[in-house]
Amino acid sequence: MIRKNWWKLLCFALLMYTCIMGFMVKIPVLDGRMQQSIRNLFFHVPMWFAMQTLFCISVFYAVRFLRSQNPVDDYYSLEFARTGLVFGILGIVTGAIWANYQWGKPWSGDPKQNGAAIALLIYMAYFVLRGSMNDLDKRSRISAVYNIFAFAMLFPTIWILPRLTESLHPGGQGSEGNPALNPNDTSPEMEMVFLPAIIGWILLSLWITSLRIRLRIITEKKLAHE
Amino acid sequence: MNKIRTAVLIFAMCLLNIIAFAQSMNNQTEDSTDFMRSEGKLYVVMAVVITIVLGIFIYLVNLDKKISKLEKK
Repeated sequence: MIRKNWWKLLCFALLMYTCIMGFMVKIPVLDGRMQQSIRNLFFHVPMWFAMQTLFCISVFYAVRFLRSQNPVDDYYSLEFARTGLVFGILGIVTGAIWANYQWGKPWSGDPKQNGAAIALLIYMAYFVLRGSMNDLDKRSRISAVYNIFAFAMLFPTIWILPRLTESLHPGGQGSEGNPALNPNDTSPEMEMVFLPAIIGWILLSLWITSLRIRLRIITEKKLAHE
Repeated sequence: MNKIRTAVLIFAMCLLNIIAFAQSMNNQTEDSTDFMRSEGKLYVVMAVVITIVLGIFIYLVNLDKKISKLEKK
């Protein structure tokens, strides 16, 4: 059991470390802009890392489904996209809370905010598309194709387009765009928390997804027996 | 199962050091009377976050066990 589930323990350890050190770690005093709210780096930013990881795995299984026509690949693709969307929504909500105190408004129409919202809407349409079809075989195939298109838009909307204009997100000056992370603002101590935070939250999202996949496989088996 | 218990215990023992570290940090702040009320009561938020994440983990472990049982059937 420990051999199979070691990563769940690792996830627990990393997230406990993140939740404790995320508050304890010394933060650099910048020009008073961020103050303590920079600690959101350990909670808000990893949501996006988790979302991207899950969407990448989702498209991998979508391609695999198209090649194999094995329904299990379709369940994997669906559940990874579902949990990815949950983490994306968490990311956008936590971002709005942070923005409310940092930029004055929860939604400033910042290019990165808009881009992320577009990406999430594209993935929401994936579930609308799935829900609109009754033919199981057709549904799996069309949604797998749509998943690939959605993925093709994911990185342009959250990484490339926001970098082309000015943004409130840190990282670039004016027209340099925004990678959303500014290495000059983070200290080595903060990075010692940031990296475990990213890995921890990604592992948590994988755990949740694995539970959903297992549940789905059991449910489908039961339905097949009836 | 025993291995997990050992691993959790070892990790919990590692955390004891952090508490000691927290207390030594408290000595450096000037006005606060205790650790939880220092830094504008920031550590109250930390306690809340830890409780939430712990709760999520307990929930996930339970769910994991239940699904494993269903799979064995």
